[in-house]
Amino acid sequence: MNQVVEGLAPQRVEAVRRPRLDWPLRRVIGAAMVASLVLLALLGNLVIPGDPLEQHLYRALQGADAVGVSDAGEVITSAPLGYDHLGRSLYHRLVAALGLSLSIAAGAVILAAFSGISLGLLAAGRGGWAERLLSLVADSLLALPGLLLVLMVSVILPSTPLALWLGLSLVLWVEFFRLARATGRSVLASPGVEASRLLGFGAWYRFRHHLWPEMAPVMMTAMAFGMANALMAIAALGFVHVGIPEPTPELGTMMVELLPYWREAPFALLTPVLVTFLLLLGLLLMSGSKARTSTAADTLEGARP
Amino acid sequence: MNLPSRLLQLLMVVLMVGGASYLMMQSLPGDAAWRIAAGRYGYDALDAAAAASVRAELGLEAQGGLHFLYWLGDILRLELGTSLISGESVWVEIRHQLGNSLSLAGAALGISLLIGPPLGLLAGLRAGGWLDRSLLAVCSLLRATPQFLLALVLILLISVEMGLLPAAGHGEPQHFILPAMTLALGLAAVSARLVRDAMAAVTQTAFHDFARWKGLSNAQTFWRHGLRHVALPLVTYLGLQFVTLVEGVVVIESIFGWPGIGHALVHAIFSRDVPMVQGTALVLGVGFVLINLLVDLLGRQLDPRGVK
Repeated sequence: MNQVVEGLAPQRVEAVRRPRLDWPLRRVIGAAMVASLVLLALLGNLVIPGDPLEQHLYRALQGADAVGVSDAGEVITSAPLGYDHLGRSLYHRLVAALGLSLSIAAGAVILAAFSGISLGLLAAGRGGWAERLLSLVADSLLALPGLLLVLMVSVILPSTPLALWLGLSLVLWVEFFRLARATGRSVLASPGVEASRLLGFGAWYRFRHHLWPEMAPVMMTAMAFGMANALMAIAALGFVHVGIPEPTPELGTMMVELLPYWREAPFALLTPVLVTFLLLLGLLLMSGSKARTSTAADTLEGARP
Repeated sequence: MNLPSRLLQLLMVVLMVGGASYLMMQSLPGDAAWRIAAGRYGYDALDAAAAASVRAELGLEAQGGLHFLYWLGDILRLELGTSLISGESVWVEIRHQLGNSLSLAGAALGISLLIGPPLGLLAGLRAGGWLDRSLLAVCSLLRATPQFLLALVLILLISVEMGLLPAAGHGEPQHFILPAMTLALGLAAVSARLVRDAMAAVTQTAFHDFARWKGLSNAQTFWRHGLRHVALPLVTYLGLQFVTLVEGVVVIESIFGWPGIGHALVHAIFSRDVPMVQGTALVLGVGFVLINLLVDLLGRQLDPRGVK
């Protein structure tokens, strides 16, 4: 009896093996980098209060100063990172820009993940024309460069942050849709899901206990990756003057504004550059590059999507 | 994907760009007939009669859905209209810019293929070696750097500080180098990793070991048994790289003042020049589908196993 169980054991392990979200050092470092920048965006203004739009022109491009009283008798708010070319506190602009970019990107990823996963599971569950139509829309959206879609939405909608949010969601949902459809197809056809349904468990239970544990690691990777892409797009559009309009602080706009003064104030230009770079690096470390490298192994084994 | 589904995709892309452009046109303030008449005859010759004739000719009287069908009909007849800004035909403008963009994209792709795959091959042959590890670090850093940031660094270092190359411009061969390098470095970072993984996977297979055992040299093994396996993911990825390239072109052209299609797109967005936006979007989307069709065909040539 014992021997029979042992003989079966490897097979059974194979059957219940699930992709787990593990936390190697690389992912921990990435998460720590992102978390500290999110904290900066959330708490930065509470630690050192200040206004990102307030100008002190006589201090333009100067370094950090302490809290004090100016010659004219007005109280100077402290600017720990110095001032930009219009005498605005770099620290407070950075905090505001981070908050704006992060909330747009996070909002876009959440909306994209929600709609992508529900539509993907709908396609996998229903099959037939629903799946074909949804896949056609997803494939066609994939054919249009993401920046182009975001730009087109920005012409249609009056408010830029709203347009960025909806435009980026429109770009990002396709990835979640494809992942959810692929996982859904195999999991929904599995005996476990069938047993659940026969036992009378509802759709939400089946999602929570069968589908989500299977999808979670891939989705987390896709979310971090999508977040990095969204942040990159927001900054790139700001950099070429078609993103969030000035004077609202935004990372890409800050860089292009400070570019002409880079000789006089290299540190001023370096701050938004460094913050953007660290944020993206952190997110990419979090996402891991496994999703990309698997394609090489797949093609070698002759498996085609 | 097979040919019919690619064609369907093509049709869908045209529909979506057309629909989005229609919405853009609707969201512009003012009366469309007056605006188009102004574009055609100039603001001096603009009067109610001209606007009325435009309205009658283009079927602007038609409401809602019918109007949208007219709009799509124009696209399907390849009538993209005239730019609201320059008054030039959209086709003429695009033909002019597309050549510039293609030459830049071609140069970038060429440079990236010279940098990425050879490094990836060397790293993959000795997976885990110092080259492999440092390549991984460099690629990760490059992938975390947005293209506009890379452009910024290159401009500051090479043209402003060292004064070696012009920071912006078009026409001379040296104007190619910086924008093409910026695009190429991002592409090479991905293709190097891809080739490295494929090469490392190939060296672990039984057929590779056998080729070595039967006495083939390193070079012979690579040419006979390695190259095709490495080429397949690279070619498959070229389709996706094209998207990166197009997105890069939109941003990079604006930064380096390159008079290509991406630059035109950003300008058209800025000045709400809908016919130009529609034209450039159509060219980019249709181009993507066609390139992917080519990649499909090429992939099938390289790996006939998947064909039923």
